[in-house]
Amino acid sequence: MKTIEIMQLLNAECLAGESLLDMEVDHAFGCDLMSDVLAFINEKTLLLTGLTNPQVIRTAEMTDINVVVFVRGKKPVKEVIDLANKNNMILLSTNHILYTACGILYANGLKGIPSRGGA
Amino acid sequence: MVNEQGKNSIKLEYEIIKDDFSRAGEASSNIKKVLRQLGIDSKAIKKVAIATYEAEMNIVIHSEGGKITVFISPDDIEIIAKDNGPGIKNIDKAMEEGFSTASNKVRELGFGAGMGLPNIKRYSDEFHIESNIGEFTMLKIKIYI
Repeated sequence: MKTIEIMQLLNAECLAGESLLDMEVDHAFGCDLMSDVLAFINEKTLLLTGLTNPQVIRTAEMTDINVVVFVRGKKPVKEVIDLANKNNMILLSTNHILYTACGILYANGLKGIPSRGGA
Repeated sequence: MVNEQGKNSIKLEYEIIKDDFSRAGEASSNIKKVLRQLGIDSKAIKKVAIATYEAEMNIVIHSEGGKITVFISPDDIEIIAKDNGPGIKNIDKAMEEGFSTASNKVRELGFGAGMGLPNIKRYSDEFHIESNIGEFTMLKIKIYI
C-alpha cells in the first residue's frame, strides 16, 4: 500500500517526508515498546505509535522502517522531525487512537507482520 | 576510523554517556552509516544496527557510561560494548525475556521491557557477556558477513 493512501485512510497530517509519499509499505506494527519493534523487524514495515521521543526515530532507523504514524494526534518536537528528515523518513500524525488506526489499515488490506520477524 | 587489530580490520570507537537520552543512538547510527559506505550486506548491517543500538541504550540506561568499539574485518563484525559499572547481579535473570530493572522514566521512552539482552543475543552469531559487580559489564558480539 502506498503511504499516501495510508495518509488518506487515517486522515493524517504529514510532518516529514512529503516528497516520499509514493513509498510502499507491506506490513504494519502498532506498539509503544521500542524493544518490541527491534525484536519484530521486517522489510517495508509501517510503525504506529503513541511515543514521540527521538528513540522512536532511532529505532525506526535501525530496523529500516521508513514510515512512522503518531496516533492520538501526537506530534514530536522539531528536533525529532529534523532527525526523521535527515534519515529520509515519512512522519504522519493521525487523531485516531492506536487501536482504531490499526483497525482502519487492517480492514483496508494492510497486514500485520508475522509473529516473529527474523533478521 | 583507524586500521588496527591486524591488516584488514577497521576500528570504530564511541564514548557513550550515562542518561544522555537526546544523543542515545548516535553511535549506532554512525556505525550503520559506515557499514553502508563499506558496502556490507544489508542483512548483516541490520543485525549489527540492532545489536549496537540495544547495547548503546543499555549503557545509557543502566551504566555509569561506557564505550562501544567495533572491528570490521572481511569475515565478520565484532562489537565490544563495555561500561563502567555497576555490573549485573544475575546474568541468567538479565538474559530472560521480560526481566528488567529499568526505571519508569526509561519505560516511558519505550525501553526497559527486558528485551535488550535477549534481542542482542538473537541477532548475534557469537555472543558473550561478562560482568563484575561494582566494576563493569562487557558484551562481545560477533556477526558474520
